[in-house]
Amino acid sequence: MPAIEILELEKTYSVGFWRKRPKIALRPLTLNVEDGEIFGFLGPNGAGKTTTLKLLMGLIFPTAGSARILGMEIHDPQVKAQIGFLPEQPYFYDYLTATELLEYYAQLSGVPAAERQRKVSEVLARSGLQNAAGTQLRKFSKGMLQRVGIAQAILHDPKVLFFDEPMSGLDPMGRREVRDLMEELKRQGKTVFFSTHILSDAESLCDRVAIIHQGELRGVGAIEDLTSSVEGKAEIVWHGSSVPTSLNSLATECHVVGDTVRAVVREANQDAVIDALRREGLRIISVTPVRTSLEEYFVRKIQVSQTAAGVKS
Amino acid sequence: MSLRVAYIAANTFREAVRDRVLYNLIAFALLMSAAAILVGQISIGIERLVVVNLGLTAISLFGIVIAIFIGISLVSKEIEKRTLYTVLSRPVQRWEFIVGKFLGLAGTLVVNTFFMAIGVFGALLYVAHGLNPQDGWIAVALYFIILQFLMITAIALLFSSFSTPLLSAVFAFSLFIIGSFAGDLRSFAGMAQGVTRWLAIGAAYLLPNLSSLNVISSVAHQQPISIQLILSNTIYALVYTGMAICGSVLIFERRNLK
Amino acid sequence: MTTHARTTKIAATALLVCLVSTAFALHHLDRIQTQTTSEDVLYLSSPKVLKRLSLGYDGLLADLYWTRAIQYFGTKHYQHARDYKLLAPLLEITTTLDPHLIVAYEFGANFLAPPPPFGSGMPQRAIRLVEYGIRNNPDDWKLYYNLGFIDYMELKDYAQAADAFARGAKVPNAHPALKVMAAEMAQHAGDSQMAQIMWTTAFQSAKDPYIRANAITHLRALQVDQDISSLETLISVYRQKTGHPPSSFTDLQEIGLLRALPLDPFGHAYKLTPGGRVELRDPDNFPFITKGTPPGYVAPPVRFRPEDLGAS
Repeated sequence: MPAIEILELEKTYSVGFWRKRPKIALRPLTLNVEDGEIFGFLGPNGAGKTTTLKLLMGLIFPTAGSARILGMEIHDPQVKAQIGFLPEQPYFYDYLTATELLEYYAQLSGVPAAERQRKVSEVLARSGLQNAAGTQLRKFSKGMLQRVGIAQAILHDPKVLFFDEPMSGLDPMGRREVRDLMEELKRQGKTVFFSTHILSDAESLCDRVAIIHQGELRGVGAIEDLTSSVEGKAEIVWHGSSVPTSLNSLATECHVVGDTVRAVVREANQDAVIDALRREGLRIISVTPVRTSLEEYFVRKIQVSQTAAGVKS
Repeated sequence: MSLRVAYIAANTFREAVRDRVLYNLIAFALLMSAAAILVGQISIGIERLVVVNLGLTAISLFGIVIAIFIGISLVSKEIEKRTLYTVLSRPVQRWEFIVGKFLGLAGTLVVNTFFMAIGVFGALLYVAHGLNPQDGWIAVALYFIILQFLMITAIALLFSSFSTPLLSAVFAFSLFIIGSFAGDLRSFAGMAQGVTRWLAIGAAYLLPNLSSLNVISSVAHQQPISIQLILSNTIYALVYTGMAICGSVLIFERRNLK
Repeated sequence: MTTHARTTKIAATALLVCLVSTAFALHHLDRIQTQTTSEDVLYLSSPKVLKRLSLGYDGLLADLYWTRAIQYFGTKHYQHARDYKLLAPLLEITTTLDPHLIVAYEFGANFLAPPPPFGSGMPQRAIRLVEYGIRNNPDDWKLYYNLGFIDYMELKDYAQAADAFARGAKVPNAHPALKVMAAEMAQHAGDSQMAQIMWTTAFQSAKDPYIRANAITHLRALQVDQDISSLETLISVYRQKTGHPPSSFTDLQEIGLLRALPLDPFGHAYKLTPGGRVELRDPDNFPFITKGTPPGYVAPPVRFRPEDLGAS
């Protein structure tokens, strides 16, 4: 059973005071997230990532469609006990200390009274906040608030976690810690669904990703599958000071550095370029396949939709 | 389920206290002390009257201000600051949140009133050199004032669930002032004709009737309050409060938290 | 059913129940509170203190008290009350808060001065009120008129009345009747004609429904008194001529003393009793009359007719 099932989930806002114009925040989205995987939800700012998360959390109500988490409808109150949510740039009751906040949340999540204190200190330690446990949240830096956010999300040991931009506001050390945490969660058999616009994080962590732009899903799948769908390239380096004329049409990018030339050619043209170079009698230094990055796949998908949008509008 | 309401209420109380709302007690204490001493010195023969009138009126006004100022931001602040997101992603139902918030503020006001009552009785003891049984009716007046607080808090909460703090404050204060003259307004409505009459009467019945909850001057003159009035006022205040809270719940259940 | 739908249903039902209960509870509260003590009605018996406490919003407060005064009077009037004890303080508070509320002075002249059950029976207090009004509104002729009105109607002090009317006549835009009344007062004080002019002026110059209704009712009574006086004169003439009292009005017609059958202001025929008295068919319809009632008649409490109250 998939951990998260989203079926034709849609959200349209009516904007404007007198004549309500519809603003489409999310076009019908259908998506499944399997149990125990780390799923990345990627997209530029304003793509609809936060909207989707809020719909799943029941903070806003869909215009159409439905979703299930762990097989239960999202509005079923039993679902909430099994999930943890970290909103984007979280903000908490700043008159409480970290410990008080987490204890309050533990109460609300139904953690039995006997275990509350233990779980709270555990989670504080896990998030690196032991020293700030008794400090009022109003004094916390952005990074520390992010840690509190993660702490409250994992506090009650939920099965599915939803993180909205979990790395935002963190320094490289913090990001590393969060990445480690997410991997640990996966090892514990939990499902992690997180949104981000930082592709390198997704690349290193995710089993599968989805790309969303302007409220519409652009692509879903495992990273290797996605990137391999894009045509491969190869980088060829040879001794020389210029590009032979015969290669002009075949080599896409050429850089001359000192007495070497580096060119990136399409995989299809790879053999033709090598032959041409040998005909010219140039010495080939290296031929390296270039792995298409997720970024490139991403950009391509976005550009396509932008052009399409341009045509449409 | 019901425990969550209690947790939310307790947290709301804690929030109010840490927001230094109880400092108003200092201002109140100063006021009562100054009045008691002044009145004791002048000895114009109505010391008791002044202390009771002033004390109860001050309790009422201080409390209304607190009820409105905290009440209007009970929900709107949480939405604006987005502290609500991590609360509602837990197994907390939206109606539990509303009721918990209400009880928290109501509890704060009761505690506040309790301390103020001590102050009033203290001042009364000072100027009258002793209490007599009729002063027990002051407790009834205090009870009615608390009923007023419940109604106003519920109204402020209602506005908070859909409106901005500024507008909520304006509406809530207006309703408080209009509600104090609700009796007159019902008479005006009764004097109208035709369709206007029914609309006006309907509107007049929707207003919070605070005038019958104000027995300050009667109690100051040591007049007893009938059991009937106590019962009727209790029922009215509770039902009215319930109405406003139901309204808040209905609005909040459907609200998209952007 | 999802919990959301369930909650909505419960909350909506509870809301409806509470709404209905609120209406009932409030209704009940109103019933047990109709016997408001004077403290509750007035809050504070001292007009000056009230004015200071009104924080400058005395205009609004004055309007509130004025409305309370009308309400108080109307309720008591409707209940056939025999006294209007609180009318004086209510009017005094109103005019302290707003000294330019002329209608309050007019009301006082009409309903504070007359004796119970027609009014509060406080003519001196009414005079004080109107004189306070004159001090604050020296150019309003209506106030001098009201002063003279009280002097004439209740205190029967014709000299003072004439003085008041004379002062009023000097005010610009004064009603011409004032000059006439001042002049005529010396000779014709006590005349029903005088009274007629005064009540007509009251009716013309006032806008308050109670004051106008009061005036109309008095004018009607004056009409009746006049009619009956004339008829009584005719009857004694008949007696002299024929030696016995007439048995009906037709007798008077036969000998040419009367042209048409006499009708009261509501169009009903006057009765001629065997004893030679002229009586009204329904004396209860005519408050304030001094003639035309059967012996041993006790007038019911005054109640203005709804048509008179709605008269434009």
